[in-house]
Amino acid sequence: MKKIIKYILLDIVRNKIVIAYTGILLAISFTVFGLEDNTQKGLLTLLNLVLFIVPLVCVIFSTIYIYNSSEFVELLLSQPIKRKSIWLSLYTGLAGALSLSFLAGVGIPLLIYDRSATGITLLVMGMLLSIIFVSIAMLASVGTRDKARGIGLSIMLWLYFALVFDGIVLFLLFQFADYPIEKAMVGVSALNPVDLARIMVLLKMDVSALMGYTGAIFKDFFGTQKGIVISMVVMAIWTAAPLLLSLRKFNRKDL
Amino acid sequence: MIEVTHINKTFGKLHVLRDVSFRSDGGTCLALIGPNGCGKTTLIKSILGMVLPDSGTIAVNNEPVANGWAYRSQIGYMPQIGRYPENMTIGQVMEMISDIRQTDQKTDEDIINAFSLRQLYNKRMGTLSGGTMQKVSAAIAFLFNPGIMILDEPTAGLDPVASEILKEKILHEKAKGKLIMITSHILSELDDLISHVMYMQDGNLVFNKDIETLRSETGEDKLSKAIAHFMKKTDR
Repeated sequence: MKKIIKYILLDIVRNKIVIAYTGILLAISFTVFGLEDNTQKGLLTLLNLVLFIVPLVCVIFSTIYIYNSSEFVELLLSQPIKRKSIWLSLYTGLAGALSLSFLAGVGIPLLIYDRSATGITLLVMGMLLSIIFVSIAMLASVGTRDKARGIGLSIMLWLYFALVFDGIVLFLLFQFADYPIEKAMVGVSALNPVDLARIMVLLKMDVSALMGYTGAIFKDFFGTQKGIVISMVVMAIWTAAPLLLSLRKFNRKDL
Repeated sequence: MIEVTHINKTFGKLHVLRDVSFRSDGGTCLALIGPNGCGKTTLIKSILGMVLPDSGTIAVNNEPVANGWAYRSQIGYMPQIGRYPENMTIGQVMEMISDIRQTDQKTDEDIINAFSLRQLYNKRMGTLSGGTMQKVSAAIAFLFNPGIMILDEPTAGLDPVASEILKEKILHEKAKGKLIMITSHILSELDDLISHVMYMQDGNLVFNKDIETLRSETGEDKLSKAIAHFMKKTDR
């Protein structure tokens, strides 16, 4: 399996898109920190950009990469290699390359300008989001042979997590404004890894006071040790569930 | 060596394999013949574990194919249309496969030498012609000296010299007691290669006979005529 991962990583690096992605992240981070005197403000801007760009790049690049490596997968399938190792190697290669380029692209500027706990939280959340969205891409692409449909599905999923979900949450908040739903909102936030990441970083920034009573509830829950552990578990489930589901499908797929 | 028992496969509404059973042992050269879309490639892919049959079992060297993978080290497969990573060169593909397989066994490079593939090692797979791609497929199939060779239309797209080289190699391997399974539509080139014939139609295995029986039953000497004889008979 190590050898297959090695070849996939080599191929991804040679692809140059991942290098360009690292470059863009570096440029954005340096610009943001260069513009703001206050690193906290810089972090907030960076957070919003990261939560938007990272899932998009990870899910689209991974989906296209998986479709383009169908030849590679077919070649390996006629060799004495387990299907499971092929699929997991593909995942490890993609998740490794994308999370490392995030680490380099955002981590280096953070190391220079801001070494606070907030910065580290942002870094950890960005890496988790990278591997989660690779995992979602694996699930989106295993179901159909049609590349256009697979990529379309990936874009839909990204739209859902990045935009539509927030719309639904806002709608619910307004509709049920008269009821005490603050506690339920904590549960709802677990349904979207992007939101969970945002909350985790915002709470570290001490701007939760701006979020009113809901913010206080969030602080009460996510601020504690228990809350952090629970949200990490939720993030782990978001990584593992789509991946395992896609592996199950891949094991039963005709190629 | 290969034992297929009652396998069925449907793709949606299309019933591609209907209750196919057969058994083949080493030293035979089996020709799998039938019209387009009769299920030949699906049968081959089922043996390789690329297509999972809906029911029935397949065993290679007494090892069940379902959920197995190690048995594939005993099979050399040459696909009908080889698909390779486009931005890798021939050399990189060969190197990668050897690297992943990492057997201590000596590799069989007869085909690589006979086709002088080494001179093309720095060509990218995406730029290759169909024939060159077939040569690479053949080289990979024979590389690890497998006991079973499965060749799906091996000579399609090859020039006459190359296909002669490949036929020589197949005969050579057959003499070593290997099981060779070939599909082809060019019946005339199978004549001096094969010892058994399997004929498929609409997913059914119509017959599986050795060539002598077939010849004496039909009274024809050439395989193409014998098969034509049989096809006419089933038409009636």
